[in-house]
Amino acid sequence: MDILLACILCLIGGIIGGLIGVGGGIVFVPAMTIVLGMGQVNALSTSLMIIALVSIVGTWRQYGYGNVNLKDAAVIGLLSPVGVLIGVLISNAVPERALRIGFAMLALYMAYRLLVRVFKDDDPPVPADTAAPEPGSAGP
Amino acid sequence: MDRLDSRRIWSLALIGTLAGAFSGLFGVGGGTVIVPMLIAFFAYGERLATGTSLAAIIVIALLAALMQGGLYGNVDIETGLILTGPAIVGIVIGTAVQQRIPEKAVSLIFAFLLIGVAVEMVVGG
Repeated sequence: MDILLACILCLIGGIIGGLIGVGGGIVFVPAMTIVLGMGQVNALSTSLMIIALVSIVGTWRQYGYGNVNLKDAAVIGLLSPVGVLIGVLISNAVPERALRIGFAMLALYMAYRLLVRVFKDDDPPVPADTAAPEPGSAGP
Repeated sequence: MDRLDSRRIWSLALIGTLAGAFSGLFGVGGGTVIVPMLIAFFAYGERLATGTSLAAIIVIALLAALMQGGLYGNVDIETGLILTGPAIVGIVIGTAVQQRIPEKAVSLIFAFLLIGVAVEMVVGG
C-alpha cells in the first residue's frame, strides 16, 4: 500500500509542479524517503529522473497554451551546469550555515517581490525595455 | 522582442547559474529560483514564467539524472517509472488548472512556498 500512497503524493507533486512551474522534487523526494523508505541519495537521483520526464510533459502542455519562451529556457537550462560547478566550489569555501542563510534571504526577498506584485494595483504597464516576449511568440 | 541581446543573455545566465548552484548545494533551486526571478527581473507574467521554468528544468534535471544514474547508478528506474505516471497526470491537471486561475494566485502560492523554503533553510540542516 506504500506504493499507492507514494503514487498519490506524486500526483499531488505533479499538480503543484504544473501550477507553479517547479519540478516537484519537494514532494517526490519525501514520497520516496519517508513513504518508500529509500535512501536520500537514491531518492534525490530518482526524483531527478521523474522531474525530467514530468517537466517534458509540463513544457509540452504550457507550450500549447503559449506559455513557453524556448530561447530563454535554453539559456537558463544550458548554463545551469556552470552554476552547479560554482556551487560545488563555493560549498568548499564558505560555511554551509552562511550559504543557507544567504539562500533564505534570497528566498525571502523573492517572496517580498511576489507579494508586492500580488497586492499592488494593476495600473503601471510593463516598461518596454524589460518586457518579456509575447507568450505567443514562442509558438510556431 | 525576438532577439537575445547580450545584457539579456547575461541576466538569463545569472538565473541559470544561481538555479544550478542552489540545486547543487541544497537540492532545491531549479524552479524555486527561476520562476520568481523571471517574474521580478524580466517582468514575465506568471504563466510564461512557469512554462519557461519547466522547459529549463528539463535540461537541468536530465543532465543531473544522467550523471546520477549513468555515473553513479543512483537512479531507481523501476520506482521512478511507477511514480512518473501519476506525476505526469498531476502536471497535466496542474497546468490546465493554472490557465483558469488568476495569474496573481500563482505568485501568492509561490510567495508562501519561498517563505517555507527560507524557514527550512535556517531551521533545518
